[in-house]
Amino acid sequence: MKDYTFYIAAAYGFAALVVVTVIAKIMLDYRALRQKLTRFDNKERNR
Amino acid sequence: MLKYANPTNFLALAARLIPWLAGAAALALAVGLYLTFFVAPDDYQQGASVKIMYLHVPAAWLGMMCYMVMTSAALGTLVWRHPLADAAQKAAAPLGAAFTLVCLVTGSMWGKPMWGTWWVWDARLTSVLVLFLIYLGLIGLWQTIEEPAQAARAAAILTLVGVVNIPIIKFSVDWWNTLHQSASVFRLGGPTIAPSMLWPLLIMALGFTLLFFALHLMAIRNEILSRRLRRLSITAAAAEDPEVAGEAAL
Amino acid sequence: MSSPLLALFGRELRIARSVGGGGAMGVVFFLILVSLTPFAIGPDLNLLSRIGPAILWIAALLSTLLGLDRLFQADADDGSLDLFVMSSTPLELVVLTKCAAHWTLTALPLIAAAPLLGLTLGMEPAALAGVAASLLAGTPALTLLGAIGAGLTAGLRRGGLLMAVLILPLTTPVLIFGVASASAASGGTVPFHTPFLILCGLSLMAVAGAPFAAAAALRAREA
Repeated sequence: MKDYTFYIAAAYGFAALVVVTVIAKIMLDYRALRQKLTRFDNKERNR
Repeated sequence: MLKYANPTNFLALAARLIPWLAGAAALALAVGLYLTFFVAPDDYQQGASVKIMYLHVPAAWLGMMCYMVMTSAALGTLVWRHPLADAAQKAAAPLGAAFTLVCLVTGSMWGKPMWGTWWVWDARLTSVLVLFLIYLGLIGLWQTIEEPAQAARAAAILTLVGVVNIPIIKFSVDWWNTLHQSASVFRLGGPTIAPSMLWPLLIMALGFTLLFFALHLMAIRNEILSRRLRRLSITAAAAEDPEVAGEAAL
Repeated sequence: MSSPLLALFGRELRIARSVGGGGAMGVVFFLILVSLTPFAIGPDLNLLSRIGPAILWIAALLSTLLGLDRLFQADADDGSLDLFVMSSTPLELVVLTKCAAHWTLTALPLIAAAPLLGLTLGMEPAALAGVAASLLAGTPALTLLGAIGAGLTAGLRRGGLLMAVLILPLTTPVLIFGVASASAASGGTVPFHTPFLILCGLSLMAVAGAPFAAAAALRAREA
């Protein structure tokens, strides 16, 4: 039986990388949007 | 149900659902990974490399399921012209592309030790690659058309045209004799896969599905907020400069 | 009923023939693509004659799609597209007529030129006939699929490349069966008519379905 560790590690590593990237992208977008919307709300209130 | 078609109610619902979905996804993935690496046996032919299957197959299912979610959202866009359906469509495309990419790459990692090659141009692999390219095209379309409602209708039409690819992917292994093995879980006469491998696979698939829905809800929420921001910016610009007021009316 | 469509057909031909119509560009592009390939692959006639059908098909695919992004662009710019959308003639038939005119102008000369170019690639007479027949059967599907992309990107500032990105993945079945029937004509394990009939079926399906999708795309631009 051959050693498949490299391929298994590479496959799981790649999948983890993609999933983490997607999660991080969505969460960062959310934070940026929230901040911009609060800034807008503050501006409205000051007027 | 109709109550949640209102974006504000939807945001409230999403805020309550997302932690539960994310938690359940993390739990299912943790259990699935444990079963994969410490419980599931090695295949008598493929050895330990079969562990890649627990990643590859759920990713493939998700890549296709995401397209079906997008297709239903596309119908929602074209029939009811609902902004929430537009947001669901737009949010699904990058997720589908990500899962399809995972499917392609893990398949490659499995193919190299098993078939001796990273890639073969057979029907299953090619049709999944076409699915990936359609996702990329849709993302490109979303980025090119500025007006969100118009982009949604264009993307919906392309999604409905591209849906012919899904049955081709599903049945490609049955229609053409190829290197890729045929279906072993969802088939007439029950699964041909051993229960000791089927359970980890199903739990991993459940985890991926929950993860997809959590991410999809989060991405829809982002899309709703970004539309709100877009509307606010136009109104604010109109308040300062009457020239833009016409734009805001749109 | 049919006379507005006939008038439209004539109009398309006249526009393409007039100065600035660029009707012959597709064939010239096809010629250039095919003659560039031997420079990239090398002048080995055995190899070229074996992959000749594939070269001709790829070149036909690209040159068909190249002209297609202009299919509705000029009409969208000068406003005649809005008249088509509002007219009592069904938009689906207008799309079909425009596609027929476009096919006559770009694909027919290309099919006529394909056997001549095949000769320079050292292909056998049977293979030349196979390529011409498969192009004749397959290019309508390419034109009609391209019309969907042209409808989706009509009026966009940078539509050209996007349209190719959207439509090229969908043309894979046409390409597969087109090249398969062209290669089957010069011998092989598969009889010529098997892939050829599938190719005809793909074209018929495109004729039946694509005008509706393209018309929906054109209507989706407004409102």
